[in-house]
Amino acid sequence: MKYLLQRLAFYLVTAWAAITINFLIPRMMPGDPVQALLSRFQGQLDTGAIDSLKALFGLDQHRSLWQQYTDYWAHLLDGDLGLSFTFFPTPVGEVIAQSLPWTLALVGITTLISFLLGTGIGVLTGWRRGSWMDGLLPVTTFISAIPYFWLGLIAIALFAVKWPVFPAAGGYDGSLVPAFDWPFISSALYHGALPGLTIVLSAVAGWILGMRNMMVTVSSEDYVMVAQAKGLSERRVMFGYAARNAILPNISGFALSLGFIVGGTLLVEMVFSYPGIGYQLFQAVGAKDYPLMQGVFLIITLSVLAANLLADILYMALDPRTRREA
Amino acid sequence: MAATIAEAAVADPAGTGPDGTPASGRRRLRFLRGRKTVVGLGILAFFVVIAVVGPWIAPYDPDTMGDQLLQPPSGAHWFGTTQTGQDVLSQILVGTRGVLVVGFVAGILATLLSVLIGVSAGFLGGTADELLSLLSNVFLVIPGLPLIIIIASFVSDTGDLLIAAVIALTSWAWGARVLRAQTLSLRRRDYVEAARATGESTWRIIFFEVLPNLTAVIASGFVSTVIFAILSEITLAFIGVADISDWNWGTVLFWAQSNQALAQGAWWWFVPAGLCIALLGMSLALINFGIDEFVNPRLRTETGASGKVRMRVGFTPVVHASEPRASGPTASEPRASLARPPLAPGTHDKEPRP
Repeated sequence: MKYLLQRLAFYLVTAWAAITINFLIPRMMPGDPVQALLSRFQGQLDTGAIDSLKALFGLDQHRSLWQQYTDYWAHLLDGDLGLSFTFFPTPVGEVIAQSLPWTLALVGITTLISFLLGTGIGVLTGWRRGSWMDGLLPVTTFISAIPYFWLGLIAIALFAVKWPVFPAAGGYDGSLVPAFDWPFISSALYHGALPGLTIVLSAVAGWILGMRNMMVTVSSEDYVMVAQAKGLSERRVMFGYAARNAILPNISGFALSLGFIVGGTLLVEMVFSYPGIGYQLFQAVGAKDYPLMQGVFLIITLSVLAANLLADILYMALDPRTRREA
Repeated sequence: MAATIAEAAVADPAGTGPDGTPASGRRRLRFLRGRKTVVGLGILAFFVVIAVVGPWIAPYDPDTMGDQLLQPPSGAHWFGTTQTGQDVLSQILVGTRGVLVVGFVAGILATLLSVLIGVSAGFLGGTADELLSLLSNVFLVIPGLPLIIIIASFVSDTGDLLIAAVIALTSWAWGARVLRAQTLSLRRRDYVEAARATGESTWRIIFFEVLPNLTAVIASGFVSTVIFAILSEITLAFIGVADISDWNWGTVLFWAQSNQALAQGAWWWFVPAGLCIALLGMSLALINFGIDEFVNPRLRTETGASGKVRMRVGFTPVVHASEPRASGPTASEPRASLARPPLAPGTHDKEPRP
């Protein structure tokens, strides 16, 4: 319990830091890009929207920094992230709420697949060193040196242009209305296949290498040798003794690399025009839509923190040492 | 990927030379004898040369539009032409400089930051350590790429150096964490205690006793950061945040993407840039493996340059003899894992506390 509370406190501090960074960035930059946007949209904005944008970006020169900071928090706690200029006049919160499920589904499913696939392959390659599977390792090293988005470009060039088996862009068939029925879900899966494949291909390499390395380390431990000497079946030794101990660092390593994976997913979404949060960020960058950019950053950070907390809880469930002080 | 390399580097507590003697000339030579290091340094040197002479040897002006539109590779245009008749090879050659400058400037800045924060945290201990560790853990958890995108898009003048500074500001945390852990293990060693007992000042101990023994970890962290910085910078250019009037490989990809190169089947427009990125990234990774082998005798193969490994059979870790191939010097990379102890980066509480 103490461990969990410590982690919780740490994530709260991190969330506070991220929000404060988000608050400071527009105020520390020279020039006033948001002011320019405001004057461009003059007359189309109602006073409430102008007020919230002013509070979020610190355009009100009469207020002290501390007052601006409390205003900022008040708006955030209200769930008010300002108005998006790209999707004028939709509030940023709504834009993000529409696109977040897409990203969560994409990241969630691909992470699950690459975890299972990578850990499985890693266990086998780590246990059977010297078999043909070692040939996979240089390939994974090479793949992990390739940027996600370029792999996405290649995937489009091959499987959407040269052999048009998958759609090159979008999250679902444009003629369908989003709903929880079979035509829509199958269309979403079909559109998500290529981006998903790209992410799995990039992400699985890290899992394989990490798990293999841990298996190699763990299989020289005494308890593995004892298990083998007791005459347990090889399967049992491999999964019950070696893999079981090797998987822990892989999970905590995953928590740390999560920010990296999310960054890669954002890029894949940009390349595939997938209607997730990364594509919104891409459009926001193109249109200089600062409220949307900042909202997206905040949501991404908070989601990553939540996922980290989940990984910690999982870790705690798996590793008794973290529960000892309780 | 960067994380894996850094982990492998820190995994070796003995690697930093417990005896405290600086590397002898013979050991230095051995560092250069490793096949991976040589290949990595060779590829890197190739790109550095191109970065220096690229603008002069480029056959065309990368901005000049020609009348040969969207031509596949030919004798006149080795890498083909763009939709407006620009020469892709020239764009890549001219763009190499920007990629390397940003990568190395960001790497140097981030390494300075991580040494400053990591070593101070590890050496000073107490409240200072708690605060500095908290700072680096916070920066470690906040997703870097979105933060870089936000900062870079707020700045009006996004030159190369500014992009490098922004990248450095968001990528020092991993190195600081690794260095702190290493410093913690060094500061209780006998020779540091002896130096303290003879009355050496704290700063002298840090600079002359501790830092020299962190060289390999710092170098490895530097190389990892350069890889990360290059990828980030190319990404920024690709999504159009960085200044697209400066050529770099990401800019080439940006124009290819925005001119529908994919839909037109113009593979020559985006394949060379991507291969250059992968090649450069791999060369840096190879150098890092070389550093690991240099500092950790267990990873080193006795036959050195030939790259062959004798194997032992049994339950103990066995290294399969990986024949060095032209395509994959990385084949033997996982050897670096042999000495890697169960490292749990997520549990900060398990690290040794003073």
